[in-house]
Order: sequence, then structure tokens, then C-alpha cells
Amino acid sequence: MTAARATLAGPEPLIDVHAHFLHALTGREDWEAPNAARLRAGDRIGITVHVASTLGSWGFTSPTYFPSPRDVSVGNDAMLDLAEREGGRVKIYVAVNPNDTKHALAEIERCVARGAVGVKLAASRRADDPLLDPVCELAAEQGLPILHHIWQHRRREWPAQEASDGLELGRLAARHPRVAFILAHIGGGGDYAHTFQAVKELPNVHLDLSGSGVDRGMLDGALEAVGPRRLLWGCDVTMETGLAKLRALDVIGLEREGMRDVRWRNAARIFPRGSFPMLEQVAA
Amino acid sequence: MTARADRRPVDVNALIGPYPYRYVPHPDPEVLVRVLEREGLRGAWVGHLPSAFWRDPIPGNQALFTALEPFRATLHPAPVVRPDWPRWEEELRACVDRGAAAIRAYPPQWGMPTHDANLHRLANACGEAGIPLLFTVRFEDLRQRGNLDVAGDLDPATVRGVVRAARDARVVVTAAGREFVEFVHWGLTPEERARVWWDISWIWGPPDDHLAHLFRTVGSERFVYGTHWPMRLTQNPRANLDLLPDDLANAKLADVDEIARR
Repeated sequence: MTAARATLAGPEPLIDVHAHFLHALTGREDWEAPNAARLRAGDRIGITVHVASTLGSWGFTSPTYFPSPRDVSVGNDAMLDLAEREGGRVKIYVAVNPNDTKHALAEIERCVARGAVGVKLAASRRADDPLLDPVCELAAEQGLPILHHIWQHRRREWPAQEASDGLELGRLAARHPRVAFILAHIGGGGDYAHTFQAVKELPNVHLDLSGSGVDRGMLDGALEAVGPRRLLWGCDVTMETGLAKLRALDVIGLEREGMRDVRWRNAARIFPRGSFPMLEQVAA
Repeated sequence: MTARADRRPVDVNALIGPYPYRYVPHPDPEVLVRVLEREGLRGAWVGHLPSAFWRDPIPGNQALFTALEPFRATLHPAPVVRPDWPRWEEELRACVDRGAAAIRAYPPQWGMPTHDANLHRLANACGEAGIPLLFTVRFEDLRQRGNLDVAGDLDPATVRGVVRAARDARVVVTAAGREFVEFVHWGLTPEERARVWWDISWIWGPPDDHLAHLFRTVGSERFVYGTHWPMRLTQNPRANLDLLPDDLANAKLADVDEIARR
């Protein structure tokens, strides 16, 4: 029998607030491979919980960022099934398209009843559009955080999505102060320095560190803008960059309590009570 | 001749100096030396970041050699030679004589067409001088570039053309992703492929596992360690190697000393 390897990110709990999984109806024959790779790498890093979503069919039968109601439900069902299979280590955001408002609201109710712990809004409608208000009101009622896809400093329309930036999400967050917003992937494309200025005074906007971008200076800037209590660790679609950022936070001098906040305590604070039972024991 | 005892990797993709389009924290050689030590790296091939954006690279080369002089045991200069600039052959000779580890070239920033004859002449000259030629696919993610930063990425066809045109050239390509690597590697003969190396600074890890895929298909011996410091976190390539699947846990990167020595 071989001894278990130490996890690369150490023994402290670690929540990835921005994960994705594929499913059988996404048009990729190898869809199971990246799912397995995510769990494999997550174990190696030491991820306690992956909080994940699926964006419809990932473009196979309707566009990733403009998913049809049917694809939204199929994707959410696949995520719910996966979460049930994986026990506590996978939790889900219910993904919705706010253009189909009735469906979106019903989908949130349906998926929360099956264990969803947050709402995922991608890029089907600009973040400050009034059409998002009913979704936010329901999230406030249910105590759900909203993870919102963001293009850092959007200077024009980008193809295949109706992306929003920090200013636009900021306007939504100001209208819904009871909702905790997770501003997606500061390393996910665009100019994060613009985002930092846009949301620094908005206490209900939290920055997720995920994304393939690993610019030096980005983490320092995020810490300076919002402090460790409003940063959340995550990977999105590149997990090595997530591990690198954890190591870099250590190097740039984030002290132990701040690191615990970023790794898991901030997530435990903004997701509904009971979302991470194993971590509540740690917290106690 | 005894075998080298220090097996720590060398970073082939480090730079010093400021970047024109955004603030980069302390891009100084003394800081780089500390970073390399912290990350367990033996040394680095170091370029001069502003030179990539200057029309005449010669003053940048002078600044590079001067800045690295106190750190030459660890930091090995990778100056720029621009082959459409008068008397570039003299600059190449001077760089080689001063102990350059590699020659950097920036075709997109110079507005060179894909199959530029001057670039092929530079590749041949580097081959004859026994010094690797180093390309940079990109400095930043396309999605964050400013309005002034319009050069675009290096074209894979440029690399294929250089390797085919210069039979003795040894080419190191930095900041390429999986597709770029494959568009070049599988578009070359086995003999040509054996003269190209790739740094791992921009190749994705799990869950898509591009690095693992390339190690299995192209071979880990075609890859070298690169960080893209000071633009990117030095922790990233190590994290990527740490997350390779178990069957690749012992994969070996190319020895940069061997690339430089051939």
C-alpha cells in the first residue's frame, strides 16, 4: 500500500468557485475525459469542493452564451446528476438565460430544490439590463450568490456573446445589495485593472481569481482594490493557473488568515448555509 | 568532460525592462535572480522587453548586456537582431562574441511578411554561428491588448518557413499554445522537427490537458522550461508540470545546454 501523496496546495480546505463540466450532449466524443481530468487535478491540488456549472450544450445545439431553454435544462440536469454522483465534492450553480425569464425563474426553483447553491449568469443579456432584476430578486430571496461572466473592460461587442464588464455588473450589484455577486475570472480576458476600479467600492461584488491569465501584478492589484475578504479562488478552464495563483499569493505575502479567506472562508460566507457541510465542521 | 551536476531547469523565456502597454512590477535583473532561486531554476535566457517594440534594437542590446553584466553566472543575454536593419550581420557577430545565449527576433512587431527573405538569412546566419534563434508568439492575451498594440501574433507559417529555409538553424519558440505547436511540428519533416523546441509558458494544463497531449504526441524532449517573466507568474510552468497525469510524471524536458551546444 502506498502512502497518499500530499496535495499540492496544502491541507487547508479549498473551494473552486468557478468550475465547469461537460456532458454527453455537448457534441464532444471525449466529454468524459476533461471531466475526469478536472477531478484528477482537483484531487492533486487539494480542491475540497468544485462549484460548477454547465452552459447548456456548450454550443452544440444552441450557442454557449445564448442557450435555448431546453439546453439550459439539459445542462443543469447533467450537472445535478454529476453532483449527486460525486457527493459533496461537486456543487452546482443553476445556469439560466434571463431572456427566457419565466423559464429562468422556474429553473432556479427546480434546481435549488435538487441542491443547486448558486446562480450562473453568462452573457445572454447585458448585466445592467432590467431583465436581470427578477433573477436577482429570486436569488436574494433564496440567499444564492450569482456568478456572472465578465469581460474585463469590454470596449466593443465580442462575437458569440453579449458580454458585460465590471461597470455593468456594478450597476446591477448596486440595485441588488442583498445579493452576493461573483465577478467571474479576473484572469479570463480583458483588462482587470479597469475592473478593480469599477467595483472596489461595491461590497457585494467579489472577484473570482480564475482564468487562464496569470499576469504579474494582477493579484497584487486585486488585493489592493478589494482586500482578501472579497477574493474567491477558482480555476475555470485552466487548473494550472489556479494552482500558480495560490502559490503566487503566498509569495506576494498574503498572510495566513487572508489566505484562508480566499481559499474557502469567503465562499462559505456567501453561499447558502449548508452548502459545504464538511467545511462547516472545519469552521466550527 | 564531466557531466553537469546541476539538473535544475533554465528559463528560456525571461525578459527585463518595462512593457509599453501596461505596468509590470519590478522587471529588474536583480529581482529575476531572486525569483529564479526561489523557483528552483538554474538560470535564464534573458531578453530586453522594450527592444521588441523599438525600431532599432541595437541600443536595447547594449542596455541588456550592461544590465546583465553583474549577473552573468545566472542570466544569459538573449539580444535582438533585426535582419532588415543595415549592418545586422555585424550586430549578430557582436552579440555572439559577447556571449549571447540566443538571438531573439520579432517578425510581427517589425511588420515582416510570413516568408521574409531577411528573416531566413538571419536564421541561416544563426545556424552558421551555432546560436539558437528565439521567437515569441505573443506577449499578452489577445483579449486584453490596447489599441496601440496591433502587431498581432506570430504566424506558425513563419516558423515553418524559417526551419525549412535554414538547415542548420535551431529554433526556440516561446509563448505558443497547442494549436501553434501542432501546426508547425506536424508540418515539418522529422529532421526539421528535431531543430525546434517549445517553451511551456502558454500551454494549458488540465482539464483539457494540452501539455500532456503534446508530451504524448510531440514528445517532452521537444519542450523547454519558460516562464515569460516579468509578464506572467513564474509559478505557472511548475504548476503545469506538477499537474501532469501520473503516466507523464517522469517526463523530461530538453536540456537547454544541449540546444545551445550543438
